[in-house]
Parts: sequence; C-alpha cells; structure tokens
Amino acid sequence: MTNVASLPGKSPARPNEAAPPAVGDLVLALAAMDAPAARAVLDRTTAAPLQKAETLIVPALEVLGNDWSAGRVALSQVYVAARICERLLDDLLPPESPARRNHPRAAIAVLEDHHVLGKRIVSSVLRASGWELCDLGRLGAEELVARVRAEEIRILLVSVLLFRSALKVREVRRLLDQGDIPVRLVVGGAPFTLDPDLWRTVGADDTGCNAAAAVAAVERMAASLDGGAR
Amino acid sequence: MSESTSMDRVLTTLQHREPDRVPLFLLPTIHGALHLGLPIREYFSRAEHVAEGQLRMRARYGHDCLYGFFYAAAEVEAWGAEVVFAEDGPPTTGEPFLRSRAAVATLSVPDVERTPCLARVLRAISLMKEKVGTDAPIIGVAMSPFSLPVMQMGFAQYLDLMLEEPELFDRLMKVNEEFCAAWANAQLQAGATAICYFDPVSSTTIIPPELYLRHGQPVATRTIARIHGPTATHFASGRCLPIVDAVVRTGTAVVGVGSLEDFAAAKAACRGKVTVLGNLPGIQMTHWTTAQAEDTVRQCMAAAAPGGGFILSDGHGELPLQVADETLLAIAAAVREWGRYPVHAGVARA
Repeated sequence: MTNVASLPGKSPARPNEAAPPAVGDLVLALAAMDAPAARAVLDRTTAAPLQKAETLIVPALEVLGNDWSAGRVALSQVYVAARICERLLDDLLPPESPARRNHPRAAIAVLEDHHVLGKRIVSSVLRASGWELCDLGRLGAEELVARVRAEEIRILLVSVLLFRSALKVREVRRLLDQGDIPVRLVVGGAPFTLDPDLWRTVGADDTGCNAAAAVAAVERMAASLDGGAR
Repeated sequence: MSESTSMDRVLTTLQHREPDRVPLFLLPTIHGALHLGLPIREYFSRAEHVAEGQLRMRARYGHDCLYGFFYAAAEVEAWGAEVVFAEDGPPTTGEPFLRSRAAVATLSVPDVERTPCLARVLRAISLMKEKVGTDAPIIGVAMSPFSLPVMQMGFAQYLDLMLEEPELFDRLMKVNEEFCAAWANAQLQAGATAICYFDPVSSTTIIPPELYLRHGQPVATRTIARIHGPTATHFASGRCLPIVDAVVRTGTAVVGVGSLEDFAAAKAACRGKVTVLGNLPGIQMTHWTTAQAEDTVRQCMAAAAPGGGFILSDGHGELPLQVADETLLAIAAAVREWGRYPVHAGVARA
C-alpha cells in the first residue's frame, strides 16, 4: 500500500493524551494506509475483542476524522482507514457476534446525487464502531422516507455532495414528520461543511462534519430516542 | 482619466502589480437562465442563450470576465454519460458511465469539435468573443485529467483504482490528458482568454501531498504544458496551501482558493509567484444580507489585495442558483467601494 503520513507542516495525528499508546500507533498505521501494520497493532494488544474495538479502533478513527476536518489528513486516507478498520472489526467481532451492541435501527442513504464516497466512509466508520447499518443506496426524498418506514428505521443518516441535494433534506424532514414514529435525521457532506448552519436550516436533528463526528451525532440521537424526546 | 478595461485590470494583477481596483470574477453560470427567463435545461440547449446570459449578467453586476463554463457534467456527457437536469441547480452527472475498472482499457477520446454538448460551449465562447473583443477576458473551463474520473467512474472506485491498479490508472490519465488538452485548446481557439483547470482531487482535502506529487502534479504539469494559453488551477473549495509550491511548478498562473482556507496565508504563500483567486463562500452567500456581503468583501481585500496578484471570486467556481441578485449587486458594489487601490489591510471592518 502507498506509504503516506500527515501533511507537511502539520502536526502528526495525535490521540487524546489519556488514550493508550497503541491508539497512536494505530492512527499512524491507518494514516499510512498500511493494513498489515494496523492489524499488527491490534494483534500485539492483549484485550478482549470488544475492548480492542472500543479502546483502539473507535478512538483512532475519531482522531483521523478530526484531523481531516483540521486539514491534517486527506479524505483518501480516511476512506482507506475506514475500510481497513471495517475488516479488522469483522475479524474481531463477526456480524453475528453477541458482543456487538444493541442499537436503534439506523440507515444511511445518498439523497438525489450520485456521489457515494461520503456514504461509504461513514458506513465503514459506523460499522467499525459497532453499529449495524442498513444501506438504502441512492434515493429521492419520497422513496427514501417510504424505505425508512418499511425498514422501521429510527435514525437516518443522509449524505450529499451537492448543495441542491442538501436543500432536498427539507422535503425528507417534512415527510418524516408526517409519520407516527419519530425518526432522527443526521446529515453530512460538503455543503454542511462549507455552511455550518445549513443542517439547521434544512431541518436536520444533527450533523457531523466528518465520519467520526457522524458517529458521535448518531450516538446522541440514540440517546435522545432512549430519553423519549421528540 | 478613463477607467481601465477589465482586461487591463486582470493583466495588471496577474503581473503582481496593483491595477485601478481589484478585479472581480463573479463567475455566475445558471443565474443566466433567470436573467433570460428560461428553464435551466432550455437555457443550456443553445449557445446563444448562454452567451446572452453572460453578457447581460456582466452588464448588470460589472464583473471583470465572461465565463464560458456551462456545467461540469458536459465533460462526461461528451463521453456518453447521462446528465440530469433540475429546475433549481446545475445539471449534474447521472450514474458513472465506467461501470468497471476493465472498461478503462477500452476508452477512446471524444472528438471535441463533433460532440454537440462541447460544440455548444465553443460556439457560446465565439459569440461572447464577438461582443466583448479584448475588453474583458473570457474564461474557459477544463476538468483536470486527474479529477475527471470522479464523474467517469465514481469517487470510491477511482480512489481504489489510483491506489491499487497503477497500469489502468496510467491508461486513464493518458486518455484524459489527450481529451483535456484538446478541449482546452479548442476553447482558446474559439476565443477564450484563459482556461480554469479544475482539479479538486489534487487538493489536500482529498489526497495527501505525497499522492499529489506522485500523480496529480505530473499530470497537471504535462497537461498545462500542452494548453496554448494561461491557466488557473482551481480546487473547487478543497484545501491547497500545503501543496502551493508544487502547484506553482506546474506552470499555472492563478490558484483558486476555497473558503475553508486561511486566505491571508494563501496570499502570502502565492505572493509574487501566482495570482490568488477567491475566496467568497458560495453556499453561505445564499443567506447573506447586503451587510454581510460588504463585510466579507472587505475581509478578502484586507487579506489578499495589497500588492496585486489577486482576483476576488467565490471559492468554489460555481455559484449556487440560490444566491440572490441583491447579494451579487452588493458584492460588486463593495468591490467598487473597497477594492480601489491602494488597498490597505485596515480595510476590513473592525
């Protein structure tokens, strides 16, 4: 695999000081898009599979996501890192593993436009963080909400690249609000990065400016459903 | 003393000297349909519509160039891809037309002159040139061979190809370089003054500098050398500060800077080497007040105007249709008010 690291003139990706040192090693391996090195970090860590996922993979992806927002790593690195971590997690915790956590049903879709990279990255990071996610593909607003109802989805993630598609989230919100069961709506993609207030304008419940932030947003939405709000 | 023409203004700033005022490249595209009262699909169906739209918008806002760009998807429409038209935004690409990596091996370059969607652009540029002569530059657009594959095969599949299939990647670049050089030169031949070389994949938002130096920069260097006119390299809102020196070495004359970048730092990095173009935040402009428009123009002036080598523009290269006429007028008025040289750093409102 290509050997790359952080951008020149930028601080290398650094985990929270309280994180285990292995997190830093994993971040560097992932930023270098080096799957064997990433696997080696997990192999030399003595911990239960779930603990490895929660204390190594999730924090490492969080660091990379935040580093992307700060301009310290590139999207291609986050994309490859997310795919590596998804495979690592599948080995640690196969999809049928009882150790996987029980979450509200969540789904992800691309609204209107044909650019699916963001969806793939967020899907991989969420799965690597232990979430099971229904991939609804690329849909228009009406079809999307019909699928959400049919699949009994409680948390819906919508990814867009184009500004015009971002504005269509309003229609998704309107249609979701016509249903009896509350559905939390989390949005992400370039228009929401370029205009930090846009997610509120279009009626979303939350947003994430990168894949790790999307995981945090989904966790907040799950907590709000547990609390019975809205 | 008579006022400089737009062309004088732009040529002076490109030489890193101060003209009478900062040039403004507003770069509206789909707004032309509103000015002609046409649906977007109909607007782009005839070269005469686009030429007239560009001329009317320049007359209304007073910006310093005409824009030959129709919509990005035209470049893959030329290869047979589907284009999706909407009433409230630019035409976009449908499903990528390269459905597998293997399809790259059979690609052949479209004939630029005989492809209707491209021939319309060339005719629009010719019509604009007849009207504007040498008073104002006409900016053509060519997608970088390195970035075009996002529309040809999809982002994820392209990144996989770049990282895992070097031979197919090289083949794709070779075909795309042929197309890009032919397309850019046809626009120059039709009357374009310069070519905006859109290269968002090369930005450090998308790939790390090592990959730019290995792939994006050599492709740009080879391609720009074959384009018979000046180029502006634009990253369509992507970051570029960490690679600016490498971008300069491609032979480009202008660098388009996005709104997420530290604009003063970008100007400092480019000073005396390339002109900076930017960096109004297009999407945020959709809900600006006129006061916000004026304040942001003043901040851009403070960051980048002193010394020349600066063209005010949006940071993305395509204005959303939802940016209001009043906002565009306010930007243009602020440039006339606050962009007149000498411009000092104190121009930004405290």
